[in-house]
Amino acid sequence: MSDLREIYQEVIFDHYRAPRNCRALAGASHKAEGYNPLCGDKVVVYLQIDDGVIRDASFEGVGCAISTAAASLMTEALKGKRVGDVQILFESFHDMVTGAPGVPQALGKLEVLAGVREFPSRVKCATLAWHTVLAALKDQREPVSTE
Amino acid sequence: MKMEHDVLHDRVSAVEVKRWRDDFPALREKVHGRRLVYLDNGATTQKPQAVIDAETEYYSHYNANVHRAVHALSERATEAYEAARRKVQRFLNAAESEEIVFVRGTTEAINLVAQSHARPRLEPGDEIVISAMEHHSNIVPWQMVCAQTAAVLKVVPINDAGELELEAYERLVGPRTRLVAITHVSNALGSIVPVAHIIKVAHEREVPVLLDGAQAVSHLPVDVRALDCDFYAFSGHKIFGPTGIGVLYGKRRLLEAMPPYQGGGDMIRSVTFEETQYNEIPYKFEAGTPNIAGVVGLGAALDYVQGIGLDAIAAHEGDLLNHATQEVTAVPGLRIIGTAKEKASILSFTLEGVHPHDIGTILDHQGVAIRAGHHCAMPVMQRYGISGTARASFALYNTRGNVDALVAGLHKVRELFPR
Repeated sequence: MSDLREIYQEVIFDHYRAPRNCRALAGASHKAEGYNPLCGDKVVVYLQIDDGVIRDASFEGVGCAISTAAASLMTEALKGKRVGDVQILFESFHDMVTGAPGVPQALGKLEVLAGVREFPSRVKCATLAWHTVLAALKDQREPVSTE
Repeated sequence: MKMEHDVLHDRVSAVEVKRWRDDFPALREKVHGRRLVYLDNGATTQKPQAVIDAETEYYSHYNANVHRAVHALSERATEAYEAARRKVQRFLNAAESEEIVFVRGTTEAINLVAQSHARPRLEPGDEIVISAMEHHSNIVPWQMVCAQTAAVLKVVPINDAGELELEAYERLVGPRTRLVAITHVSNALGSIVPVAHIIKVAHEREVPVLLDGAQAVSHLPVDVRALDCDFYAFSGHKIFGPTGIGVLYGKRRLLEAMPPYQGGGDMIRSVTFEETQYNEIPYKFEAGTPNIAGVVGLGAALDYVQGIGLDAIAAHEGDLLNHATQEVTAVPGLRIIGTAKEKASILSFTLEGVHPHDIGTILDHQGVAIRAGHHCAMPVMQRYGISGTARASFALYNTRGNVDALVAGLHKVRELFPR
């Protein structure tokens, strides 16, 4: 059960049950839809970007504990970040949840999702919202898929 | 003398089930340090040693192409290949072995009928009737042929229990209906469709019927002549056989009237650049070198199933399903999706406040393999207003102990996700 407790821990439950920034963002400058065809979960991510800085971030949708908590934690982490830093932050997060070799980057609160590396079939749940943000930054109109 | 299993009264004895289990090497695997409890049989079944041995035997001793050469190995391969066709014929009680076409699986069988039977016949405004509980493989091929011909897809609704609404069906089969294509057993709900009645109604209006037997053949005896069905499709891997091999049964006169599905070797009688004459059925539909090892393995799988007997299997699985249905009600917030009176071997459910994928992950950690998601039946999920379910599906080698492991796992899920 230790691995399970690592993935299904208090912080994740908290963000699953009471997700932060879970709303449409009126006047968002960027928006994209993400879809995980494996489970049918959908997410919409909204960004308010000003002067190259993410002033506000929110999301709607998703489903399982991991994808919901990941989206919630991500919106918190993005606020105040420079657009140019998002890609590198995503890559560090992706390395963490896939257990990529190398020195792990400090990711603050996002580190509660590190346990996902023990559950390869759930990596897509943890990264769905992130892929969607990258699509939003590219102004992609078609929904992005985890496949 | 009392039989070891009395299909009407008794459960199959635990000793007998243990013997069946011992035939399946994969069931001895450990996952996350625990003995595997495999309850994802609706997705694919494990393989008995006899099937594994049959494939190995083919590759080790008589690997050669079929229907081609005059040498000994090719003759043995051809003989084994055609013997398997006769086994399928007997398994479905088809009139002739020529009515058995080997394909990759149920999906390819349905696509074959859609393109070779339906497409040349369909006029704009003609109708194909399917049901609201089809697998995507019995929806999308019809949508494709409708797009090609301007025909229209009609969908028979289901009630809240997951039973076909028969009155609606009778109204939907009309003068423009050209084909009824319906599942025998629903993969997402477990409902057994009253196919004899479906076929009778369709035939009164001279409409042929295709049955998707993917979820049925390993649980119920199927007799295509008693049913008088026109096409029957199933996959080898869901009945303890190899992946990548499946069967299309079709009545001779229908198959003979159909153009080939794919062109290539083996499906021709003679080829010149001016004209090609097609082979007889079933070879007309088996272009290219077939999955010979798969066919041989499928034959072994059907021998295995018939050695046990589908009546005994159905009795045992019925007991498992009843036991599971009863026991899961003790899990707080659990809702069974699919409560048809006639069900086979599938228990689909949701757990309040827990996404099916989280259920799947937590059960997997306890060695219990189930399926979580939409089960390739998204319209069924839409019908119930849910994104997906968790699904336990049973096979002959599952035990009451397996069901108890599932239920214990679900209590653990509830413990991790308190209400």
